Amino acid sequence: MTDYLPSLPTIVALVKIGLLIGGLMTAAAYLVLVERWMAAWVQDRKGPNRVGIPLTKVRLFGLGQPLADGLKIILKEDFTPKHVDKVLYTAAPLVILAASLAIFAAIPFGSSLPPIPALGLAGEEPLLVAPGLDVGVLWVFALSSIAVYGVLLGGWASNNKYGFLGGLRSSAQLVAYEIPLGLGLLGVVLAAGSLKLDTIMNAQASTGVWYAFAQPLGFIVFLVAAFAEAARLPFDLPEAEQELVGGYHTEYSGIKLLLFLVAEFLHMVTAAFLIVIMFLGGWHLWGVTGSGPVETWTVALLRFAVLSAKILGVILFFMLVRWSWPRFRFDQLMNLAWKVMLPLGLVNLVTVAAIEEFRPQLVAAVGEGAAKTAAIAIPWVVFFVGWIAAGMLTPSGTDNTPIRTHGPLDIEHELVEV
Amino acid sequence: MKPTDPAITWLEEKPLGLAERLYLPLFVGGLATTARHLVSPKVTVSFPEQRPTVGNPLIYRGVHRLNRDEEGRVKCVACFLCATACPAHCIDIVATESPWPDREKYPESFQIDELRCIFCGMCEEACPVDAIELTSLLDLTGKSREEMIFDKEKLLSVYDMTKDAEPMKSASLGGTL
Repeated sequence: MTDYLPSLPTIVALVKIGLLIGGLMTAAAYLVLVERWMAAWVQDRKGPNRVGIPLTKVRLFGLGQPLADGLKIILKEDFTPKHVDKVLYTAAPLVILAASLAIFAAIPFGSSLPPIPALGLAGEEPLLVAPGLDVGVLWVFALSSIAVYGVLLGGWASNNKYGFLGGLRSSAQLVAYEIPLGLGLLGVVLAAGSLKLDTIMNAQASTGVWYAFAQPLGFIVFLVAAFAEAARLPFDLPEAEQELVGGYHTEYSGIKLLLFLVAEFLHMVTAAFLIVIMFLGGWHLWGVTGSGPVETWTVALLRFAVLSAKILGVILFFMLVRWSWPRFRFDQLMNLAWKVMLPLGLVNLVTVAAIEEFRPQLVAAVGEGAAKTAAIAIPWVVFFVGWIAAGMLTPSGTDNTPIRTHGPLDIEHELVEV
Repeated sequence: MKPTDPAITWLEEKPLGLAERLYLPLFVGGLATTARHLVSPKVTVSFPEQRPTVGNPLIYRGVHRLNRDEEGRVKCVACFLCATACPAHCIDIVATESPWPDREKYPESFQIDELRCIFCGMCEEACPVDAIELTSLLDLTGKSREEMIFDKEKLLSVYDMTKDAEPMKSASLGGTL
């Protein structure tokens, strides 16, 4: 009789997808407001504080601003220039947004809900769209690479110098930083012994040692690479306004531009999620949320709150960094990726592998407690040594001194000879 | 100028020290600066609710006014010096014979197009009798172009409105009158 109704797991999955996409879109809109506030506060201004409830004079600290911004950009003319490749031009924003939303299928946005017998949910319901996916990290990594296609397609299809250069730069940057990103990630996967983000969080919760403390070098490498992958300052070369107008989305306007901008914010949110889940303990906080099954709603909500607070903190850090550090030049960016982050990532990976391999021998030799301390102390020693070595050994960049023997303006003698 | 020109002093870039090569101290310094500004007092003036402070009203160049003399008559003697001095040609005066014995002419009509005015203050400088002055009124708005052409009555009313807050500049500045 109820054959035509979707099964319970389907309904649950659809509800989760709805919650996640709705939540992410709202979050992206409000993060734009937060970003503008941060920018204003850092510059000693007050920031948007006028728009409140529409059609009233209630201001609400400017909380209506995202609605106004969204309406404005949606109602703007969606102009398609004559010289673009129409199919690719339209596909690019869709590709980038779809990819950055699909990533969240494998990212847990909380721990799990306690059993709800009334709805027929007998077990814990994990707050994750695709809970059965064993290769969550791979999924995230693969889809974040697809975002490069969106950027490259947008730049190429625009048929515009700035767009093309932005697309090229962007692809070079994103491809280069995927390697340190992957190396930072491998250390965590190795230590947790799983590609599931859930398991990685549980591993940190059960030992109480977040991977940021156990693998400081991996954390730094991953953090820097995540900044570059999200194209945030100091690595925002894909759309360096001063040089490239808007970069790969120079030719875009209206709702297509909005899709690009939302996708960019989602990249930042994804990066924050990954940093928190893999290195900052996810929903775990000492004394507040411990490991173990979720039996009550209090535990479930507390874990959700801790995770959200951590993610917000990381996002605020992203926004603060934007106004703190100057942008890297392109050659410096590449130097950092290939000559600093790649070796450091490898060093971290080898350290983690060695510790995991020799842990039983270590425990047998010095006992459980001392082995645990050593497993944290050794990576920190490696971290400082590696950092200083990288600082001392890597070239500090190109020689910026002008060539004095023959400058670009020194053509007078040539004119005389002619 | 050639790079070898003796007038150019070439400065050598200092080699990077350990702190700069490790990035970290500079990153912390940058973050500390932004974090300090994040919480420091804001300089924004929330305009309609909060009025900006005008440093010195005597030298502020806002909306014009036409001053009155002790008997309440317009001070202007319709000499056209302000209209001649005006670089934006926004002053339009129609002079006629004065009904009073102490001057030959007076302005029958005196119009300033506030939309053309560039608020340079040349009219104020040019006036031999300190009849035209710029006040410190700064929020000048209107709903039509016609409304923004100020005639004699309006300019006199600006004087009536501001005379208590801003006395005539001639007295305090040692003007001609």
